[in-house]
Order: sequence, then C-alpha cells, then structure tokens
Amino acid sequence: MGMTMTQKILANAAGLEKVKAGQLIMANLDLVLGNDVTTPVAVPEFNKIGKEVFDKTKIAIVPDHFTPNKDIKSAEQCKLIRDFATKHQIKNYFEIGEVGIEHVLLPEKGLVVAGDVVIGADSHTCTYGALGAFSTGVGSTDMAAGMATGKAWFKVPEAIGFEITGEFANEYISGKDLILHIIGMIGVDGALYKSMEFFGPGIKNLTMDDRFTIANMAIEAGGKNGIFPVDEKTIEYMKEHSTKEYKVFEADKDAEYEKVYKIDLGKIRPTVAFPHLPENTKTIDEVGKIKIDQVVIGSCTNGRMQDLRMAAKILDGKKVKKGVRTIVIPGTQKIYLQAIKEGLVEKFINAGAIFSMPTCGPCLGGHMGILAAGERAVSTTNRNFIGRMGHPKSEVYLASPAVAAASAIMGEIYNPEKL
Amino acid sequence: MKVEGRVFKYGDNVDTDVIIPARYLNTANPDELAAHCMEDIDKDFIKKVQKGDIIVADKNFGCGSSREHAPIAIKAAGVSCVIASTFARIFYRNSINIGLPILEAPEAVKNIKTGDIVSVDFAEGKITNKTTGKVFYGQPYPEFMQKLIADGGLVSSIKKNTK
Repeated sequence: MGMTMTQKILANAAGLEKVKAGQLIMANLDLVLGNDVTTPVAVPEFNKIGKEVFDKTKIAIVPDHFTPNKDIKSAEQCKLIRDFATKHQIKNYFEIGEVGIEHVLLPEKGLVVAGDVVIGADSHTCTYGALGAFSTGVGSTDMAAGMATGKAWFKVPEAIGFEITGEFANEYISGKDLILHIIGMIGVDGALYKSMEFFGPGIKNLTMDDRFTIANMAIEAGGKNGIFPVDEKTIEYMKEHSTKEYKVFEADKDAEYEKVYKIDLGKIRPTVAFPHLPENTKTIDEVGKIKIDQVVIGSCTNGRMQDLRMAAKILDGKKVKKGVRTIVIPGTQKIYLQAIKEGLVEKFINAGAIFSMPTCGPCLGGHMGILAAGERAVSTTNRNFIGRMGHPKSEVYLASPAVAAASAIMGEIYNPEKL
Repeated sequence: MKVEGRVFKYGDNVDTDVIIPARYLNTANPDELAAHCMEDIDKDFIKKVQKGDIIVADKNFGCGSSREHAPIAIKAAGVSCVIASTFARIFYRNSINIGLPILEAPEAVKNIKTGDIVSVDFAEGKITNKTTGKVFYGQPYPEFMQKLIADGGLVSSIKKNTK
C-alpha cells in the first residue's frame, strides 16, 4: 500500500523509506512557532531542559493575540517572550510594527515552504498545509521540546480524502464556504487524529488564499492537518515570497484513505456556521432572518488580500447598517499597506467600518471587539464556541468575508448574491 | 498509580474555550487559571470541585485551541483524571506532556454520571464506578507514551535521555 502526501513528508522528516498509519515516529522540524499566549508557558519548560535553542533561524515567535498589549498582564507576558527572543537571538521574533497574525505572516515572510514539517503552539498552525507542508498545532511543552531538540514525535495519521472538482458558481463563494460545508458534513471530530488530504481537478480553481482558509480550519474538524498538492499556483506563491528550497511530495496512486468525499465546487453555497459549533452549518438559503450587532472581517482564517478585496467590493459606496459595529482587520502590515494602496481602507471607512492594525483580538474574545450578553456577531473567524468572542451568552456566526460584508450592510445575516 | 474521586460529567465537544476562556489567558499562573476552569458551562464547578475529583465527558473533549492552559487549569483545580469517549488530539498530547492523567473509555463514560464515586487504576487502565459497582477498562497507552509518563512528562524525558 502506498503513502499519502502527509505520510511521505513525515517519512522524509523521520529519515525513513516508508511509514504507515499508526506508526510513532520522531521527525526533524523545519520550524517551531509560538505566540504571546503559548510561548510564556513554553519558556519555563524550555529553561528546565537547560539546552540552547536547536537553531535560532528555525523558531518563530509572533506576539499577535493580545497585542498591542491590552493590559498589564499581557504586557508582562510579551516582555517575557521578548526577553527570551533577545537572549536566544531568535531571528524570527516579530515586534509591533512587523508583527501580523501568525498564520498569515509566516507564509508571507517565506518561512514555510512545501515539504516542510512545522509545529506551532497554536491550533491553527495547520494553515501551512496550503503550501504542501505538514504543519500541526501542539501545546507549549511540545514547543519547548521542539525549540531545544529540533524534533517532535508524531503518530503517523490515517487520511481522509477530499476529491475536489469544478469551480465555484460565482465570486461570492469562496474557500470559507467550502471548509464550512465540509465541517458541517463530517462534524467537529470527523477528522479526529487524521490528515485531511485535498486533491482533484478542482484544486486548480482554488486561489492560494482559498487554500490557506481551508487548511486553516482542518482543526475545526478535529484534523491533525489539512494538505494540498503543490501546483503552479503554489510554486508561484513560494517564488514570490520565499528563497527557501522547497520539496514537492505527491501521494502514491495506491495511497490509503479511510474515506474519499467527492465535492463539486459548483454546488457549494454561501455557508454559515451557527452557534456554538463550527459543524452547525446552514446554507445562506436556509438561514432565515437573524439580526446582528457586530461584524468581524479578518483573522488567520480570512485576513488576506482576497478577503479584504471582496469585503471592500461589497461595502463600496454603501453604508453599514446603523448600530452594526463593523471591524475589519488585515492579517499583516504588508496587507494593511496594500489595502491602503488599493483604496480599500477608504471604502471601509466611508462605509462606516473601522480598520484596525493586525491582531487576533476579537476572534478569541481577547480585545478589540468583545460581545455583551445577548449580542450576535457574524465573523469570518474560525470558532463560535460558547463565550468565544466575549460573554458566554453572546453568539458568533461563522461566514465568509462576502457574507459578513453583506450582513454588515443589511444588519442581518445576508446573502451577498442578492445585494 | 490509583486515584479516586467524585465525578463531574459533561457532554460532547467540551472545547478549550470553555475549559479556560481566552479572556483569562493573559496569565500563565496555574492557580489563576484554575479559578476560572469550566466557568462558561458550569459556574459551580470551581466552587464544588475537591482534590482528587474526576471529570468524565463524551466525545472530542478538549477540542479547539492548543492552549496548554486548559489541562493546566484542570490539573490545578485538583482534578485527578479526565475520562472521555474520545479526546481532541492536541489536548491529548498536552495532557500527557504536563502529567494530567487521561483515559479514553467510551463504555465507562456511558455508565458514569455526575456525583458517582469512581476509582482509576492506571497500571491496569481499570475504572471502577464505586457507586454502581461496575468495572470498565480504558484504552492502554502505547508503550512510547508509557515511557514518557514514567519519565515524568516530555521535558523530564528529554532531560533524562539527552544526558
């Protein structure tokens, strides 16, 4: 029996000819990531090990969650990791002014390429599967061990295949709708411990930004990782952003998949996940009238150029409904600047939205847009758990930037196709 | 190792945002984290929990964020063991790494309710519901993980094996 793309990357990183599902391996790491929530827990554990970092160019520390420091405690946490980064000369430590949302920033900086093995003390580290890398979320202790040894243990995952055909019916439907559809179909533990392998003739019709969004939410189906084959679009992206050498791995023809789901992109509708689980999905046609108080457009899921362009296009010349707080957050400083150059920021502000610096902020109920009891938000983020964006009695509806922008104008969850 | 305690039972998909809400993640102090453990789904948990008590839950316990603060908060609250039908993978990894004992045991979960007194013998993976007298067996850890646990967690294991 052959190997999946994930299995091939893991075999290579473990120095093995072949691996099979269930096997425990020790793999070499190309990058170890942490943020301002998880790194402060990793540092004391790292210090207990009592070693130097394995490679100061292969660690990335990205204070993006509670920054700009929202309070004294956050400032203390950030100081702790800044001091750590300085002491160990961590090359890829990103201070305010350089920092962006980690999973938007790292690919943009060219720090991850195809064939890499990446662990990150953040669950959405699976985003880099869009580039044909194996990347997965771990905890702080794993991050500490990874920084000290350059290695991590993995159980080689079984795979679920997603054979993608066709193309989206219109420009208002995107990668976010596809991944929400998939999570709705297989559930929040539908891919538990498994890799989600995307392939098929429809992949070429997904932009890189679509692929980042899709791989990003593999964790929301319980997946260990989500991964895309490397094609012309991937290579073009890597050439534009990175000087690192990449390695292309392809799944064997006889690779084993526990199940293969066939999905025609042409049949995907704008999709919304209702509270309080990402699997509670409905198509926009089934939503009904749901009034909202806030819209958030941004995050590691949907804070890229394609997302901002779509939101700006919908908001252009319109006004957000009075009383709907509309918060737009670019993923990185580069995206921020590009949004200014393209005139998107002007459109947002004229429409009555605010445009913030890059931060994870509201996505996790950290700061910059917290909900009160009874309030509802439409958000392009990735989780709608109880209390995720604020009060335990608030509600988050997950959707695409197109649906979010249309909803901001109408004051209720709204189909962008109908505007 | 054996533990015994009173059970707090929860349903499917208990996520790390309810185990420890992100609004409290501006600290890494275990006691501060424990003070807010489970508060968004069970305000009384932290008032009632006693040292040695056991959390039992249905499938996909610990889904969501990778925050190690979640198993840390549970452990610091005094919980001796979490038994679930299944665990989300990052939570599973984190628990092993920080030394919070966890067991996958779907049959046990079906037959344990809030308030039951349960004992767990980790060497055998044996779970006894003392309230009903029923006995169950959890999934044993793979050998690799048994060694990790015996070494005292990931960091101790690395220290031990690189000297």
